[in-house]
Amino acid sequence: MRVPVEWLREYVDAPTDPETLESALVRVGLEVEQITDLRASVTGPLVVGRVVEIEELTGHKKPVRYCRVDVGESEPRGIICGATNFDTGDAVAVALPGAVLPGGFEISARKAYGRISDGMICSERELGIGDDHTGILVLPDGSTGQPGEDARALLGLDDVVVELDITPDRGYCLSVRGIARELSHSLRLPFRDPASVVDAPGATDQAPHPVRVEDPSGCDRFASRLVRGIDPTAVSPQWMRRRLTHAGVRPLGLAVDITNYVMLELGQPMHAFDPDRLSGPLVVRRASAGESLTTLDGVAREMHPEDMVICDDRGPVSLAAVMGGANSEMVPDSVNVLFEAAHWDPVMVARTARRHKLPSEAAKRWERGVDPRLPLVALQRAVQLLVDHAGGEVDPRVGDVDTVADPAPVTIPVDLPARTAGVPYEPERTVELLEEVGCTVRVDGDRLTVTPPSWRPDLTDPADLSEEVVRIDGYGEIPSVLPVAPPGSGLTPHQRRRRTVARALAESGFTEALCYPFVGEAAFDALGLAGDDLRRSVVRLANPISEQEPAMRTTLLPPLLATLRRNLGRGQRDVALYEIGLVFHPRHGAGDAPPALPVETRPTDDALARAESFVPDQPWHVATVLTGEVEPTGWWGSGRLTEWADAVDSARNVLAAAGLGDDRVSLRAVEHPPWHPGRCAEVMVDGMAVGHAGELHPTVCESLELPKRTCAMELNLDAVPLPPVVPAPRISGYPPALIDVALLVDEPVPATDVQAALVDGAGQLLESLRLFDVYTGEQLGAGRKSLAYKLTFRAPDRTLTVEEAVAARDAAVAAAAERVGAELRGA
Amino acid sequence: MSYRNDPYDPKQVALLEQAALDDALAAAEKAFAAAADPDALAAIRHQHLGDRAPIGLARREIGALPPKARADAGKRVNATRAAIQAAYDTRLAQLRVEQERRVLAEERVDVTLPTDRRPRGARHPLTTLMERIEDLFVGMGYEVAEGPEVELAWHNFDALNIGPDHPARTMMDTFYVAAARAGIGESGMVLRTHTSPVQARTMLARRPPIYVICPGRTYRTDELDATHTPVFHQVEGLVVDRGITMAHLKGTLDHFARGMFGPQAATRLRPSYFPFTEPSAEMDLWFPQHRDGPRWVEWGGCGMVNPRVLRACGVDPDEFTGFAFGMGIERTLMFRHGVSDMRDMIEGDVRFARAFGMEV
Repeated sequence: MRVPVEWLREYVDAPTDPETLESALVRVGLEVEQITDLRASVTGPLVVGRVVEIEELTGHKKPVRYCRVDVGESEPRGIICGATNFDTGDAVAVALPGAVLPGGFEISARKAYGRISDGMICSERELGIGDDHTGILVLPDGSTGQPGEDARALLGLDDVVVELDITPDRGYCLSVRGIARELSHSLRLPFRDPASVVDAPGATDQAPHPVRVEDPSGCDRFASRLVRGIDPTAVSPQWMRRRLTHAGVRPLGLAVDITNYVMLELGQPMHAFDPDRLSGPLVVRRASAGESLTTLDGVAREMHPEDMVICDDRGPVSLAAVMGGANSEMVPDSVNVLFEAAHWDPVMVARTARRHKLPSEAAKRWERGVDPRLPLVALQRAVQLLVDHAGGEVDPRVGDVDTVADPAPVTIPVDLPARTAGVPYEPERTVELLEEVGCTVRVDGDRLTVTPPSWRPDLTDPADLSEEVVRIDGYGEIPSVLPVAPPGSGLTPHQRRRRTVARALAESGFTEALCYPFVGEAAFDALGLAGDDLRRSVVRLANPISEQEPAMRTTLLPPLLATLRRNLGRGQRDVALYEIGLVFHPRHGAGDAPPALPVETRPTDDALARAESFVPDQPWHVATVLTGEVEPTGWWGSGRLTEWADAVDSARNVLAAAGLGDDRVSLRAVEHPPWHPGRCAEVMVDGMAVGHAGELHPTVCESLELPKRTCAMELNLDAVPLPPVVPAPRISGYPPALIDVALLVDEPVPATDVQAALVDGAGQLLESLRLFDVYTGEQLGAGRKSLAYKLTFRAPDRTLTVEEAVAARDAAVAAAAERVGAELRGA
Repeated sequence: MSYRNDPYDPKQVALLEQAALDDALAAAEKAFAAAADPDALAAIRHQHLGDRAPIGLARREIGALPPKARADAGKRVNATRAAIQAAYDTRLAQLRVEQERRVLAEERVDVTLPTDRRPRGARHPLTTLMERIEDLFVGMGYEVAEGPEVELAWHNFDALNIGPDHPARTMMDTFYVAAARAGIGESGMVLRTHTSPVQARTMLARRPPIYVICPGRTYRTDELDATHTPVFHQVEGLVVDRGITMAHLKGTLDHFARGMFGPQAATRLRPSYFPFTEPSAEMDLWFPQHRDGPRWVEWGGCGMVNPRVLRACGVDPDEFTGFAFGMGIERTLMFRHGVSDMRDMIEGDVRFARAFGMEV
């Protein structure tokens, strides 16, 4: 909502200083988007001129006038002008050389059509105060100053325009009346209500044009007035055009300008019909299926049975409350005007506006609530303005179908505002503040029965009244008191684990990325997922940002790999990223859609559970992707390139950070896209798969334009069990016995199986073991490999003898021989 | 060589002459001084302190002396030997120090060489900022509550007093989840437009007193530009207890502001509107560290939980009242750290996160 301050000041003595004005508006909750000082829009000499002489220059493609204009100097100035809508003696606005008009248009003396043009006679549009560029701006008689006087004040260019962001509960502030009222509260200044000065006649038995309201639930008031025989050529007065323009509304024609003007002034949206274009009585009803209407914007619209329409004998003439129809609007030769001012159901308007994608100025006000006591006032104001500027005769009949219910009183404990704010308002103060916003208050002991004013349909609940008291008294009065919370139990184990895992990854070289979770089919294709891969079963968006990525991720990898590529594209070579975030798997709930849940009371647990059954499964995943050197080349020598093992190690790192010992983590080779079929480990905890790690499939790297041998890991963190309470180990102070063994096994035997056999076979004395060499070579024979382990034996209570250590070693080797066919090398 | 009962041998007895002893000491001192390192010193030790060294041979002669001379000679020989041993020890200590100094000098390196053999990663400052906020509130006894990002419309809107036709619902620029298949109407689910549905979930799940902080990801259908992103983060606080007032809200926000921005920080409330709070307020932060000088910056929204919300979530508004507040994490990071372009926080460029490291 844009308001010229000059207009506001008609109803309240608002400050013109932008800062004071802004703080006064903000104090009562009117958010200021912008304050524009129009004084800065035109700089340099802009003066009143009087046209002394006009010389028509002929022989040009368009009319050209050479004018002599008195600008208060000893001699009139010569100025070339292309407009013809003025005569000698007219007062005009003249920009003299040195002036700069809106848009940086600098005025200088120049030669044109063989004459010197020593300035410019301005149009409304050139001055930025209107849209009219059909001719120059002729200043009205009477109001003009002397030639040579500064013209800004006359033109409203000395004004300040405030742009406000009106919250949805304050429909009444979408009017100058409403904003002025709020300013009066804020500034503690008297409010001159523009509605109270209008002397509106009441309804007559007969309406000027017959009206039937068939659906009072959609329209609880429909009032109308008629003016006959106006001058159809009459134009809106310059002050009205200027106010409309400053308010951001384009002037169109007198009757329409008046409806817009009254809407801005009072907040009552109105419509002007040409009654001669109506056939029969007006009927206000719901639309029937199949009806259509071409609205004022020229769009043919199919009506919906919930839409309210105003019809004549032939069908709809207006999409009620939202936009009028082209078939009944005022046309240039209309001489009769039927003004309508109604009151519509906000919910109906909201739906209609949304359905037809018509967020019109009228609809915006209806949705947020309009004062139902305004229609006759607004009509009187409109009729008067019309007659003042276009003549005509007012039909004495006033139509008014009024079924508006009185505002419902709200009862509150008198101390409710005090208890809400933590400010000890006296009861008298509470009553005073409520009355200040227009409420009628009856005091019954310690309770107040409050009837809100007609313009505040938002005041329906006790809390709304509390807010008014606190707001008008001032939020600045609220003290600062820190409440003491009962003891909490800190972060949950899952929350702590996410932090530990994140820190472990960051400390081991990975950088966190927070990627958009949107994916499309192309991403799954690039990963090489099979048609029936579960990761293709997605939660889809009805209105995605991009049609290419219309779904929520089921794996962290596509967005994370895209981020990896972006980093590479920006010149990074060695990149290791991680993300911890949600993935989304659809769930098919009980029925087609979640049940409707109440808001007046708590939904039952059963209803909540049924609704919950539709909410997608959203587990936390953790993923890493990496490419380039994992250890950099430096003065110490060459670095080490990323390989599958780094991805697997990042998985182990995550699980270790999650508090799971190596004994609970196992790996096995699997084929699982998008990984390399020979270089993908399934990561298991207690034998349950929780994710995968390894090198990406070469085709995946190619299609995602990633370097060869890019590696990745992804785990379902929610599938990883929480760590147990770890029993402390007993630390033995006795010396260890170290024995190395090299075992020969067939190539396909996984190292993890060999190790498991050794561990099981070695028994209690084995403290640790480490694989320190893997060797394949001709002397071992084809298809064989040697695994060399360092075994550390130790007893808790004594120094092991060589015999004991060797016996344990032999038992370990025997178990490996039995379980994986291992032979002791060199034995 | 002579033994106890050997006849007296004047030549050998000469070894016990004081002059001979003095010579032995002088010779030892000279030789020790000439040794260049501890090994060389060790190599000549026996020549001066061994059994066949002059002092060793002299000692052997003592026994053959008459008892009267024995005591005197023994005293002198021992004194001389102790002096040679002391000279040896002194020299050895000296040589060890010299040797160590030499070795250390040889082992000198350029300690200013780069040492980044194990590259460090970094956490995203949005995450660490959220954790910082969590920690501040956990320290006050709050708990961290979480909820799903794909959320039921009821939790995101209806329960928060944003009915199907509420103007605020269209202002939210919501991502809607498509129905699972055609012909069954709407899915009834959205990408949560704010963290406030976690309020509803928390109240539905437990009885007051409730003191929770809810950080998380939220979604609105804005195109990415320098100041907007369709995916962003919020943090929300909710308190529901007996006798909670706006003064408690103000006190909590002031404490929060000081915890994040130092003792000079403060907050200011301006009347505003949110369907789920009544009264509602916008909250400005007095931000002393602003790069263009101390000033008020818009930080978030807040208010007293609307009794309608309490009712929908099964909390009796006659018994309990509450407050809620929320703010954007991106916005907070932007002004706290002078980030000028939203995209830097979003695009995952490692250079951005690395600038922050592990903490904010």
